[in-house]
Amino acid sequence: MVANVAPPPGRSLHRFANPGRFLRLSAAVLPWLAAAGLSVCAVGLAWGLVFAPRDWQQGDTVRIMYVHVPAAWWAMGGYLALAVASFVSLVWRHPLADVAAVAIAPVGAVFTAVCLATGSLWGRPMWGTWWVWDARLTSVLVLFFLYLGHIALTAAFDEPERAARPAAILALIGAVNLPIIKFSVDWWNTLHQPASVTRFDAPAVHVDILWPLLISGLGFGLAFAAIVLVRMRTVLIERRARAILAARGLEGGGVSRPVPVS
Amino acid sequence: MSEFLAMGGYAAFVWPAYALTIGAVGLLALVSWHQWRSAKAELARLEAAGLTRRGRTEGRREEE
Repeated sequence: MVANVAPPPGRSLHRFANPGRFLRLSAAVLPWLAAAGLSVCAVGLAWGLVFAPRDWQQGDTVRIMYVHVPAAWWAMGGYLALAVASFVSLVWRHPLADVAAVAIAPVGAVFTAVCLATGSLWGRPMWGTWWVWDARLTSVLVLFFLYLGHIALTAAFDEPERAARPAAILALIGAVNLPIIKFSVDWWNTLHQPASVTRFDAPAVHVDILWPLLISGLGFGLAFAAIVLVRMRTVLIERRARAILAARGLEGGGVSRPVPVS
Repeated sequence: MSEFLAMGGYAAFVWPAYALTIGAVGLLALVSWHQWRSAKAELARLEAAGLTRRGRTEGRREEE
């Protein structure tokens, strides 16, 4: 009788095969990604601050757009990535997907906070108020709390692997908020202006404003990705250290699942 | 130059918006970097003590 002694895939070293490759690959990519993010951000923001024209109505406050709008794009783009990673983690149990979700949430939360704060600084001179409880602003605030909820849920478990499932479910339920944010300016009355770049027809923004905005947007995206990669590497290394401690039965390991013996 | 700094009278809104953005994202990047460094140091400490997930002797490293 031939007994199948191979451990189930989730328990074998394969669990770390892909993350190992990811650690090597990301180490090679990260310096370039960080340098690109830094320089593209510098170009976009300098262009927006110095060379882009002031708006005929809004004056120089329009320059806030070059930080506010890219932050908003990646606050939402980050949540989309969080939702996709959560789906992959939930359905295929890919070990990197859960790590990506854990890494994305704090970065998304910071970008959302930046979006809210810069929007407030823009709203005060242009709308005459720091804040208004309309659909756009409220739904972005909800996005911020969804990120915080994901962080809190992830931190609430002693064993990080156990948090993956509930956190993924939270992230997927929260994804209904994304179309609400996107279309809130069309569905409800608001002080916030409607979409002017991400429209089905051509953008309604002059190229002198559109170019620095798109470059800032690209720079923010590269920076977002670089920070997420650093955080993914951290999570993987921390989990490997935990696994070592758990396998050796040392404190801090929190062993409650069978340790594979091979 | 002073005209540039004045931002058409909106300096009190434009500059904080930029400072806040760069400060928040920069701080996040810095904190993330330091967390990675201390995680790496902790793993190196465990591995230097001869500990791996599978036993004391085998020390196949998968990354640097």
